[in-house]
Amino acid sequence: MAKITFITSDNETITLEGTSGSVMALAVDNGIKGIDGDCGGVCSCATCHVHVLPEHVAKTGEASEIETDMLELDDDADKFSRLCCQLEISEALDGVVLRVAK
Amino acid sequence: MKKSEISCPFSEVRTNIGFGEMDDQNDPVTMLLRHKDVRKGAHDWKTFQSGSTPGRIVIPSEVNIRTTRQIPFEVDPPQHKSFRDILDPWFKRPLEEKYQAKLTAQISALVDEVLAMDSVDVISEFALKLQSRALTLLLNTAYDKSDLWISWGTHVFRSEGEALDGDKAAILYDYIDAEIDKAIANPGPDLYSVLLASEVDGTKLTKEEVKGVMILTFAGGRDTVINAVSNSLAYLADNPKSLERLREEPEIRNRAIEELIRYYAPLTQMGRVVTEDTTVCEHAIKADTRISLVWASANRDEKVFENANEVVLDRKMNPHLSFGFGTHNCLGATHARTIMKVLIEVLTAKVQSMEIISAEENIEELGEFKRKVGFHALQMKFNKK
Ligand code: FES
Repeated sequence: MAKITFITSDNETITLEGTSGSVMALAVDNGIKGIDGDCGGVCSCATCHVHVLPEHVAKTGEASEIETDMLELDDDADKFSRLCCQLEISEALDGVVLRVAK
Repeated sequence: MKKSEISCPFSEVRTNIGFGEMDDQNDPVTMLLRHKDVRKGAHDWKTFQSGSTPGRIVIPSEVNIRTTRQIPFEVDPPQHKSFRDILDPWFKRPLEEKYQAKLTAQISALVDEVLAMDSVDVISEFALKLQSRALTLLLNTAYDKSDLWISWGTHVFRSEGEALDGDKAAILYDYIDAEIDKAIANPGPDLYSVLLASEVDGTKLTKEEVKGVMILTFAGGRDTVINAVSNSLAYLADNPKSLERLREEPEIRNRAIEELIRYYAPLTQMGRVVTEDTTVCEHAIKADTRISLVWASANRDEKVFENANEVVLDRKMNPHLSFGFGTHNCLGATHARTIMKVLIEVLTAKVQSMEIISAEENIEELGEFKRKVGFHALQMKFNKK
Protein backbone atom coordinates (compact mmCIF):
# COMPACT_ATOMS: atom_id res chain seq x y z
CA MET A 1 0.00 0.00 0.00
CA ALA A 2 1.40 3.38 -1.02
CA LYS A 3 0.06 6.84 -0.22
CA ILE A 4 0.37 9.17 -3.19
CA THR A 5 -0.37 12.88 -3.00
CA PHE A 6 -1.32 15.08 -5.95
CA ILE A 7 -1.31 18.86 -5.93
CA THR A 8 -3.45 20.15 -8.79
CA SER A 9 -3.01 23.42 -10.68
CA ASP A 10 -5.67 25.06 -8.51
CA ASN A 11 -3.67 24.05 -5.44
CA GLU A 12 -5.95 21.31 -4.22
CA THR A 13 -4.11 18.54 -2.37
CA ILE A 14 -5.48 15.03 -2.76
CA THR A 15 -3.96 11.93 -1.20
CA LEU A 16 -4.84 8.52 -2.64
CA GLU A 17 -3.85 5.01 -1.73
CA GLY A 18 -2.89 2.35 -4.23
CA THR A 19 -1.42 -1.11 -4.29
CA SER A 20 -0.68 -1.78 -7.96
CA GLY A 21 -0.94 -0.38 -11.46
CA SER A 22 0.38 2.97 -12.63
CA VAL A 23 0.07 6.30 -10.85
CA MET A 24 -1.67 7.63 -13.98
CA ALA A 25 -4.40 4.97 -13.71
CA LEU A 26 -4.90 5.78 -10.03
CA ALA A 27 -5.19 9.48 -10.84
CA VAL A 28 -7.60 8.96 -13.75
CA ASP A 29 -9.80 6.56 -11.76
CA ASN A 30 -10.09 9.19 -9.06
CA GLY A 31 -10.62 12.13 -11.41
CA ILE A 32 -7.46 14.07 -10.57
CA LYS A 33 -7.74 17.30 -12.54
CA GLY A 34 -5.06 17.76 -15.20
CA ILE A 35 -4.22 14.09 -15.64
CA ASP A 36 -6.06 12.73 -18.66
CA GLY A 37 -4.01 9.66 -19.57
CA ASP A 38 -5.24 9.79 -23.16
CA CYS A 39 -3.03 6.98 -24.48
CA GLY A 40 -3.77 4.67 -21.59
CA GLY A 41 -0.16 4.65 -20.42
CA VAL A 42 2.00 3.74 -23.43
CA CYS A 43 4.05 6.94 -23.32
CA SER A 44 2.61 8.56 -26.42
CA CYS A 45 0.40 11.44 -25.23
CA ALA A 46 2.13 13.27 -22.34
CA THR A 47 -1.25 14.05 -20.75
CA CYS A 48 -0.03 12.51 -17.49
CA HIS A 49 2.79 14.96 -16.82
CA VAL A 50 3.67 15.62 -13.15
CA HIS A 51 6.52 17.33 -11.31
CA VAL A 52 7.90 15.26 -8.47
CA LEU A 53 8.60 17.39 -5.40
CA PRO A 54 12.41 17.58 -5.22
CA GLU A 55 12.64 15.89 -1.82
CA HIS A 56 10.77 12.85 -3.22
CA VAL A 57 12.78 12.22 -6.37
CA ALA A 58 14.60 9.30 -4.75
CA LYS A 59 11.27 7.46 -4.50
CA THR A 60 10.40 7.70 -8.19
CA GLY A 61 13.80 7.13 -9.72
CA GLU A 62 14.78 8.41 -13.14
CA ALA A 63 12.83 8.66 -16.37
CA SER A 64 13.64 6.29 -19.22
CA GLU A 65 15.09 7.61 -22.46
CA ILE A 66 11.78 7.49 -24.31
CA GLU A 67 10.08 9.33 -21.47
CA THR A 68 12.83 11.96 -21.34
CA ASP A 69 12.59 12.56 -25.09
CA MET A 70 8.87 13.05 -24.76
CA LEU A 71 9.23 15.50 -21.88
CA GLU A 72 12.01 17.41 -23.60
CA LEU A 73 9.45 18.89 -25.96
CA ASP A 74 6.93 19.77 -23.27
CA ASP A 75 6.99 23.48 -22.55
CA ASP A 76 6.66 23.22 -18.77
CA ALA A 77 9.02 20.31 -18.31
CA ASP A 78 11.92 20.55 -15.88
CA LYS A 79 14.29 18.09 -14.26
CA PHE A 80 11.57 16.98 -11.83
CA SER A 81 9.15 16.08 -14.61
CA ARG A 82 7.78 12.58 -15.03
CA LEU A 83 5.04 10.94 -17.05
CA CYS A 84 3.12 9.32 -14.25
CA CYS A 85 1.94 6.43 -16.43
CA GLN A 86 5.55 5.29 -16.13
CA LEU A 87 5.43 5.28 -12.31
CA GLU A 88 4.44 1.82 -11.06
CA ILE A 89 2.77 1.86 -7.67
CA SER A 90 4.75 0.02 -4.99
CA GLU A 91 5.84 0.51 -1.39
CA ALA A 92 8.80 2.47 -2.70
CA LEU A 93 6.48 5.29 -3.80
CA ASP A 94 4.81 5.62 -0.39
CA GLY A 95 4.55 9.26 0.65
CA VAL A 96 5.45 10.74 -2.73
CA VAL A 97 4.07 14.19 -3.59
CA LEU A 98 3.40 15.06 -7.23
CA ARG A 99 2.47 18.45 -8.64
CA VAL A 100 0.19 18.07 -11.66
CA ALA A 101 1.67 19.98 -14.59
CA LYS A 102 -1.53 20.98 -16.37
CA MET B 1 3.24 -11.20 -47.34
CA LYS B 2 -0.02 -11.27 -45.46
CA LYS B 3 -2.78 -9.04 -46.78
CA SER B 4 -2.92 -7.07 -43.56
CA GLU B 5 0.77 -6.14 -43.58
CA ILE B 6 1.94 -2.66 -44.45
CA SER B 7 5.61 -2.30 -45.19
CA CYS B 8 7.44 0.96 -44.63
CA PRO B 9 8.56 2.60 -47.87
CA PHE B 10 10.57 5.25 -46.01
CA SER B 11 13.10 3.04 -44.17
CA GLU B 12 16.14 3.49 -46.35
CA VAL B 13 15.77 7.20 -46.97
CA ARG B 14 14.92 7.79 -43.32
CA THR B 15 18.12 6.07 -42.20
CA ASN B 16 20.46 7.45 -44.84
CA ILE B 17 19.18 10.94 -45.55
CA GLY B 18 16.40 11.77 -43.11
CA PHE B 19 14.05 13.56 -45.46
CA GLY B 20 12.25 12.85 -48.71
CA GLU B 21 10.78 15.10 -51.38
CA MET B 22 7.56 15.15 -53.32
CA ASP B 23 5.80 17.48 -55.66
CA ASP B 24 2.22 18.34 -54.79
CA GLN B 25 0.51 20.29 -57.57
CA ASN B 26 3.60 22.47 -58.11
CA ASP B 27 3.92 23.25 -54.41
CA PRO B 28 6.77 20.94 -53.40
CA VAL B 29 7.08 19.29 -50.00
CA THR B 30 10.14 18.31 -47.95
CA MET B 31 9.09 15.22 -46.01
CA LEU B 32 10.50 14.81 -42.49
CA LEU B 33 10.95 11.11 -41.83
CA ARG B 34 12.72 10.63 -38.49
CA HIS B 35 10.83 10.33 -35.22
CA LYS B 36 12.85 13.09 -33.55
CA ASP B 37 12.56 15.50 -36.48
CA VAL B 38 8.85 14.90 -36.88
CA ARG B 39 8.23 15.55 -33.20
CA LYS B 40 10.42 18.65 -33.20
CA GLY B 41 8.72 19.93 -36.33
CA ALA B 42 5.28 19.40 -34.84
CA HIS B 43 6.36 21.13 -31.64
CA ASP B 44 7.87 24.20 -33.31
CA TRP B 45 4.69 25.91 -34.48
CA LYS B 46 6.47 29.24 -34.93
CA THR B 47 8.81 27.98 -37.65
CA PHE B 48 6.34 25.47 -39.06
CA GLN B 49 3.01 27.15 -39.42
CA SER B 50 -0.48 25.73 -39.64
CA GLY B 51 -2.37 28.98 -40.20
CA SER B 52 -1.32 29.42 -43.81
CA THR B 53 -3.66 29.80 -46.82
CA PRO B 54 -6.62 27.50 -46.14
CA GLY B 55 -5.94 24.08 -47.65
CA ARG B 56 -2.21 24.53 -48.11
CA ILE B 57 -0.95 22.41 -45.23
CA VAL B 58 -3.00 19.45 -46.36
CA ILE B 59 -1.36 17.02 -48.78
CA PRO B 60 -2.64 16.80 -51.46
CA SER B 61 -3.18 20.53 -51.20
CA GLU B 62 -6.79 21.70 -51.19
CA VAL B 63 -6.17 25.35 -52.05
CA ASN B 64 -8.00 24.87 -55.34
CA ILE B 65 -11.13 23.43 -53.80
CA ARG B 66 -11.72 25.41 -50.65
CA THR B 67 -11.34 28.84 -49.12
CA THR B 68 -12.87 28.01 -45.74
CA ARG B 69 -10.26 27.75 -43.01
CA GLN B 70 -10.55 24.48 -41.11
CA ILE B 71 -10.60 25.09 -37.37
CA PRO B 72 -8.69 24.51 -35.11
CA PHE B 73 -6.07 22.83 -37.22
CA GLU B 74 -5.41 25.72 -39.61
CA VAL B 75 -5.08 28.24 -36.78
CA ASP B 76 -1.87 28.91 -34.86
CA PRO B 77 -1.39 29.79 -31.20
CA PRO B 78 -2.41 31.82 -29.28
CA GLN B 79 -5.79 31.86 -31.02
CA HIS B 80 -5.63 28.12 -31.51
CA LYS B 81 -5.93 27.55 -27.77
CA SER B 82 -9.10 29.62 -27.51
CA PHE B 83 -10.76 27.34 -30.05
CA ARG B 84 -9.41 24.16 -28.45
CA ASP B 85 -10.74 25.30 -25.08
CA ILE B 86 -14.30 25.23 -26.38
CA LEU B 87 -13.85 22.13 -28.54
CA ASP B 88 -11.86 19.84 -26.24
CA PRO B 89 -14.61 19.19 -23.65
CA TRP B 90 -17.08 18.37 -26.43
CA PHE B 91 -14.66 16.00 -28.16
CA LYS B 92 -13.93 14.25 -24.84
CA ARG B 93 -17.58 13.19 -24.49
CA PRO B 94 -16.77 9.69 -25.83
CA LEU B 95 -15.28 8.99 -22.39
CA GLU B 96 -18.75 9.17 -20.82
CA GLU B 97 -20.45 5.90 -19.94
CA LYS B 98 -23.74 6.85 -21.57
CA TYR B 99 -21.99 7.75 -24.79
CA GLN B 100 -20.13 4.44 -24.83
CA ALA B 101 -23.35 2.52 -24.23
CA LYS B 102 -24.87 4.09 -27.35
CA LEU B 103 -21.76 3.39 -29.38
CA THR B 104 -21.74 -0.21 -28.16
CA ALA B 105 -25.34 -0.62 -29.29
CA GLN B 106 -24.46 0.74 -32.74
CA ILE B 107 -21.39 -1.44 -33.23
CA SER B 108 -23.10 -4.56 -31.84
CA ALA B 109 -25.93 -4.17 -34.32
CA LEU B 110 -23.46 -3.72 -37.16
CA VAL B 111 -21.45 -6.80 -36.17
CA ASP B 112 -24.68 -8.82 -35.94
CA GLU B 113 -25.49 -7.65 -39.46
CA VAL B 114 -22.20 -8.84 -40.95
CA LEU B 115 -22.28 -12.11 -38.99
CA ALA B 116 -25.50 -12.92 -40.81
CA MET B 117 -23.95 -12.33 -44.23
CA ASP B 118 -21.91 -14.79 -46.32
CA SER B 119 -19.28 -12.15 -46.83
CA VAL B 120 -19.01 -8.40 -46.61
CA ASP B 121 -16.94 -5.56 -48.06
CA VAL B 122 -15.45 -4.22 -44.87
CA ILE B 123 -14.75 -0.80 -46.39
CA SER B 124 -18.15 0.17 -47.79
CA GLU B 125 -20.41 -2.05 -45.70
CA PHE B 126 -18.71 -2.00 -42.33
CA ALA B 127 -16.11 0.71 -41.70
CA LEU B 128 -17.96 3.46 -43.61
CA LYS B 129 -21.23 2.65 -41.87
CA LEU B 130 -19.56 2.41 -38.48
CA GLN B 131 -17.81 5.76 -38.94
CA SER B 132 -20.90 7.57 -40.23
CA ARG B 133 -23.16 6.24 -37.49
CA ALA B 134 -20.63 6.98 -34.77
CA LEU B 135 -20.37 10.52 -36.11
CA THR B 136 -24.03 11.10 -35.21
CA LEU B 137 -22.99 10.56 -31.58
CA LEU B 138 -20.03 12.89 -31.85
CA LEU B 139 -22.21 15.61 -33.37
CA ASN B 140 -25.13 14.69 -31.10
CA THR B 141 -27.56 14.57 -34.04
CA ALA B 142 -30.21 12.10 -35.17
CA TYR B 143 -29.03 8.59 -36.12
CA ASP B 144 -30.76 8.64 -39.50
CA LYS B 145 -28.56 11.53 -40.67
CA SER B 146 -25.89 8.90 -41.21
CA ASP B 147 -27.76 7.40 -44.18
CA LEU B 148 -26.95 10.44 -46.30
CA TRP B 149 -23.29 10.49 -45.22
CA ILE B 150 -22.96 6.80 -46.05
CA SER B 151 -24.37 7.51 -49.51
CA TRP B 152 -21.50 9.94 -50.15
CA GLY B 153 -19.05 7.03 -50.20
CA THR B 154 -15.72 6.70 -48.45
CA HIS B 155 -14.22 9.97 -49.64
CA VAL B 156 -15.58 13.40 -49.05
CA PHE B 157 -13.21 15.21 -51.37
CA ARG B 158 -12.40 12.46 -53.83
CA SER B 159 -14.01 10.29 -56.43
CA GLU B 160 -12.49 7.13 -57.85
CA GLY B 161 -9.32 7.93 -59.72
CA GLU B 162 -9.26 11.63 -58.92
CA ALA B 163 -7.14 13.06 -56.12
CA LEU B 164 -9.39 16.03 -55.53
CA ASP B 165 -12.86 16.70 -56.74
CA GLY B 166 -14.25 20.19 -56.27
CA ASP B 167 -17.82 19.19 -57.15
CA LYS B 168 -17.79 16.47 -54.56
CA ALA B 169 -16.37 18.78 -51.90
CA ALA B 170 -19.13 21.27 -52.74
CA ILE B 171 -21.74 18.68 -51.74
CA LEU B 172 -20.30 18.59 -48.23
CA TYR B 173 -19.92 22.39 -47.99
CA ASP B 174 -23.50 23.01 -49.16
CA TYR B 175 -24.77 20.39 -46.76
CA ILE B 176 -22.95 21.99 -43.82
CA ASP B 177 -24.18 25.47 -44.80
CA ALA B 178 -27.75 24.19 -44.79
CA GLU B 179 -27.31 22.43 -41.44
CA ILE B 180 -25.89 25.62 -39.91
CA ASP B 181 -28.89 27.60 -41.16
CA LYS B 182 -31.21 25.00 -39.66
CA ALA B 183 -29.43 25.24 -36.32
CA ILE B 184 -29.69 29.04 -36.38
CA ALA B 185 -33.44 28.83 -37.04
CA ASN B 186 -33.96 26.04 -34.55
CA PRO B 187 -31.13 25.56 -32.03
CA GLY B 188 -30.82 22.10 -30.47
CA PRO B 189 -28.35 20.01 -28.47
CA ASP B 190 -26.12 19.36 -31.50
CA LEU B 191 -22.56 20.51 -32.21
CA TYR B 192 -23.70 23.11 -34.77
CA SER B 193 -25.86 24.84 -32.16
CA VAL B 194 -23.23 24.54 -29.46
CA LEU B 195 -20.67 26.20 -31.72
CA LEU B 196 -23.08 28.94 -32.82
CA ALA B 197 -23.67 29.77 -29.16
CA SER B 198 -19.95 29.72 -28.26
CA GLU B 199 -17.61 32.63 -27.89
CA VAL B 200 -13.93 32.78 -28.65
CA ASP B 201 -11.99 35.62 -27.03
CA GLY B 202 -15.23 37.44 -26.29
CA THR B 203 -16.78 37.21 -29.75
CA LYS B 204 -19.38 34.78 -31.04
CA LEU B 205 -18.17 32.32 -33.65
CA THR B 206 -19.08 33.39 -37.18
CA LYS B 207 -20.94 31.10 -39.55
CA GLU B 208 -17.73 30.71 -41.51
CA GLU B 209 -15.86 29.61 -38.39
CA VAL B 210 -18.55 27.11 -37.45
CA LYS B 211 -18.35 25.78 -40.99
CA GLY B 212 -14.57 25.47 -40.64
CA VAL B 213 -14.94 23.32 -37.53
CA MET B 214 -17.64 21.17 -39.10
CA ILE B 215 -15.73 20.53 -42.34
CA LEU B 216 -12.78 19.36 -40.30
CA THR B 217 -14.98 17.13 -38.16
CA PHE B 218 -16.45 15.50 -41.24
CA ALA B 219 -13.29 15.21 -43.33
CA GLY B 220 -10.65 14.61 -40.67
CA GLY B 221 -12.39 11.65 -39.09
CA ARG B 222 -13.49 9.84 -42.20
CA ASP B 223 -10.66 8.12 -44.12
CA THR B 224 -8.68 7.91 -40.90
CA VAL B 225 -11.29 6.00 -38.92
CA ILE B 226 -12.12 3.85 -41.94
CA ASN B 227 -8.42 2.96 -42.31
CA ALA B 228 -7.96 2.24 -38.61
CA VAL B 229 -11.03 0.01 -38.41
CA SER B 230 -10.50 -1.91 -41.65
CA ASN B 231 -6.75 -2.43 -41.22
CA SER B 232 -7.32 -3.68 -37.68
CA LEU B 233 -9.97 -6.13 -38.88
CA ALA B 234 -7.59 -7.38 -41.56
CA TYR B 235 -4.91 -7.87 -38.92
CA LEU B 236 -7.21 -9.85 -36.65
CA ALA B 237 -8.32 -11.99 -39.59
CA ASP B 238 -4.74 -12.69 -40.65
CA ASN B 239 -3.65 -13.46 -37.08
CA PRO B 240 -6.40 -15.58 -35.53
CA LYS B 241 -4.49 -16.00 -32.27
CA SER B 242 -4.57 -12.27 -31.68
CA LEU B 243 -8.37 -12.18 -31.37
CA GLU B 244 -8.17 -15.11 -28.98
CA ARG B 245 -5.55 -13.29 -26.95
CA LEU B 246 -7.60 -10.09 -26.78
CA ARG B 247 -10.53 -12.18 -25.60
CA GLU B 248 -8.53 -13.83 -22.84
CA GLU B 249 -6.37 -10.89 -21.78
CA PRO B 250 -8.56 -7.81 -21.64
CA GLU B 251 -5.77 -6.02 -19.79
CA ILE B 252 -3.69 -5.79 -22.99
CA ARG B 253 -6.47 -4.32 -25.13
CA ASN B 254 -5.41 -0.73 -24.61
CA ARG B 255 -1.84 -1.50 -25.63
CA ALA B 256 -3.05 -3.49 -28.62
CA ILE B 257 -5.16 -0.58 -29.83
CA GLU B 258 -2.28 1.89 -29.53
CA GLU B 259 -0.05 -0.59 -31.36
CA LEU B 260 -2.50 -1.12 -34.22
CA ILE B 261 -2.81 2.65 -34.49
CA ARG B 262 0.99 2.98 -34.55
CA TYR B 263 1.56 0.28 -37.11
CA TYR B 264 -1.21 1.33 -39.46
CA ALA B 265 -0.78 5.12 -39.08
CA PRO B 266 -4.18 5.92 -40.61
CA LEU B 267 -3.00 9.35 -41.74
CA THR B 268 0.37 9.21 -43.49
CA GLN B 269 1.45 12.82 -43.10
CA MET B 270 0.42 16.42 -42.51
CA GLY B 271 2.09 19.54 -43.90
CA ARG B 272 3.26 22.84 -42.45
CA VAL B 273 4.40 26.07 -44.11
CA VAL B 274 7.92 27.23 -43.22
CA THR B 275 7.95 30.79 -41.87
CA GLU B 276 11.71 31.42 -41.98
CA ASP B 277 14.73 29.86 -43.67
CA THR B 278 15.79 26.84 -41.64
CA THR B 279 17.37 23.40 -41.98
CA VAL B 280 16.35 19.82 -41.33
CA CYS B 281 19.01 17.07 -41.46
CA GLU B 282 21.47 19.67 -42.79
CA HIS B 283 19.13 20.30 -45.65
CA ALA B 284 18.16 23.94 -46.25
CA ILE B 285 14.46 24.69 -46.24
CA LYS B 286 13.35 28.06 -47.57
CA ALA B 287 10.70 30.27 -46.03
CA ASP B 288 7.25 29.91 -47.58
CA THR B 289 7.93 26.37 -48.80
CA ARG B 290 6.31 23.36 -47.19
CA ILE B 291 7.46 20.52 -45.02
CA SER B 292 5.47 17.49 -44.02
CA LEU B 293 5.48 15.56 -40.80
CA VAL B 294 5.39 11.94 -41.90
CA TRP B 295 3.75 10.20 -38.95
CA ALA B 296 3.82 6.86 -40.77
CA SER B 297 7.60 7.00 -41.13
CA ALA B 298 8.27 8.22 -37.58
CA ASN B 299 6.16 5.33 -36.30
CA ARG B 300 8.57 2.84 -37.91
CA ASP B 301 11.78 4.50 -36.75
CA GLU B 302 14.00 1.62 -35.57
CA LYS B 303 15.86 4.03 -33.30
CA VAL B 304 12.73 4.34 -31.18
CA PHE B 305 10.72 1.16 -31.73
CA GLU B 306 12.12 -2.32 -31.36
CA ASN B 307 10.84 -4.59 -34.13
CA ALA B 308 9.31 -1.49 -35.65
CA ASN B 309 7.86 -3.34 -38.64
CA GLU B 310 5.97 -5.88 -36.59
CA VAL B 311 2.74 -5.61 -34.69
CA VAL B 312 3.72 -6.32 -31.08
CA LEU B 313 0.26 -6.56 -29.62
CA ASP B 314 1.26 -5.77 -26.04
CA ARG B 315 3.96 -3.18 -26.80
CA LYS B 316 4.51 -1.27 -23.60
CA MET B 317 6.46 1.82 -24.60
CA ASN B 318 4.81 3.18 -27.68
CA PRO B 319 5.46 6.87 -28.37
CA HIS B 320 3.71 6.70 -31.75
CA LEU B 321 2.67 9.82 -33.62
CA SER B 322 -0.47 8.60 -35.32
CA PHE B 323 -2.49 11.31 -33.59
CA GLY B 324 0.13 13.93 -34.35
CA PHE B 325 2.11 15.63 -31.63
CA GLY B 326 2.13 18.86 -29.66
CA THR B 327 -0.25 21.78 -30.06
CA HIS B 328 -2.18 20.37 -32.97
CA ASN B 329 -2.55 16.81 -31.76
CA CYS B 330 -5.69 15.15 -33.07
CA LEU B 331 -8.94 16.63 -31.76
CA GLY B 332 -10.76 13.42 -32.64
CA ALA B 333 -8.32 11.08 -30.87
CA THR B 334 -10.65 10.31 -27.97
CA HIS B 335 -13.45 9.50 -30.39
CA ALA B 336 -11.17 7.27 -32.47
CA ARG B 337 -9.76 5.44 -29.45
CA THR B 338 -13.25 4.87 -28.07
CA ILE B 339 -14.41 3.43 -31.39
CA MET B 340 -11.48 1.01 -31.35
CA LYS B 341 -12.11 0.06 -27.73
CA VAL B 342 -15.79 -0.69 -28.30
CA LEU B 343 -15.04 -2.50 -31.54
CA ILE B 344 -12.60 -4.84 -29.79
CA GLU B 345 -15.09 -5.42 -26.97
CA VAL B 346 -17.85 -6.34 -29.39
CA LEU B 347 -15.64 -8.50 -31.61
CA THR B 348 -14.24 -10.51 -28.71
CA ALA B 349 -17.76 -11.04 -27.39
CA LYS B 350 -19.39 -12.08 -30.65
CA VAL B 351 -16.89 -13.19 -33.26
CA GLN B 352 -14.99 -16.47 -33.31
CA SER B 353 -12.83 -15.72 -36.33
CA MET B 354 -12.62 -13.72 -39.54
CA GLU B 355 -11.24 -14.53 -42.98
CA ILE B 356 -10.06 -12.29 -45.77
CA ILE B 357 -11.53 -13.38 -49.10
CA SER B 358 -10.09 -10.70 -51.34
CA ALA B 359 -8.50 -7.30 -51.00
CA GLU B 360 -7.79 -4.31 -53.20
CA GLU B 361 -5.01 -2.18 -51.74
CA ASN B 362 -5.11 1.59 -51.45
CA ILE B 363 -1.64 2.82 -52.34
CA GLU B 364 -0.64 6.46 -51.97
CA GLU B 365 1.91 7.84 -54.42
CA LEU B 366 4.10 10.29 -52.55
CA GLY B 367 6.91 11.36 -54.87
CA GLU B 368 9.59 8.69 -54.68
CA PHE B 369 7.54 6.71 -52.14
CA LYS B 370 4.54 4.47 -52.49
CA ARG B 371 2.71 3.73 -49.26
CA LYS B 372 -0.15 1.37 -48.68
CA VAL B 373 -2.52 3.13 -46.31
CA GLY B 374 -5.33 0.60 -46.35
CA PHE B 375 -7.78 -0.89 -48.82
CA HIS B 376 -10.18 0.31 -51.50
CA ALA B 377 -12.10 -2.90 -50.99
CA LEU B 378 -11.74 -5.71 -48.47
CA GLN B 379 -14.02 -8.71 -48.75
CA MET B 380 -14.20 -10.66 -45.48
CA LYS B 381 -16.21 -13.35 -43.80
CA PHE B 382 -17.12 -13.10 -40.11
CA ASN B 383 -17.75 -16.31 -38.13
CA LYS B 384 -19.96 -16.38 -35.06
CA LYS B 385 -18.70 -17.34 -31.64
S1 FES C 1 -0.80 8.35 -20.28
FE1 FES C 1 -0.08 8.84 -22.24
S2 FES C 1 1.99 9.30 -21.88
FE2 FES C 1 1.28 8.76 -19.92
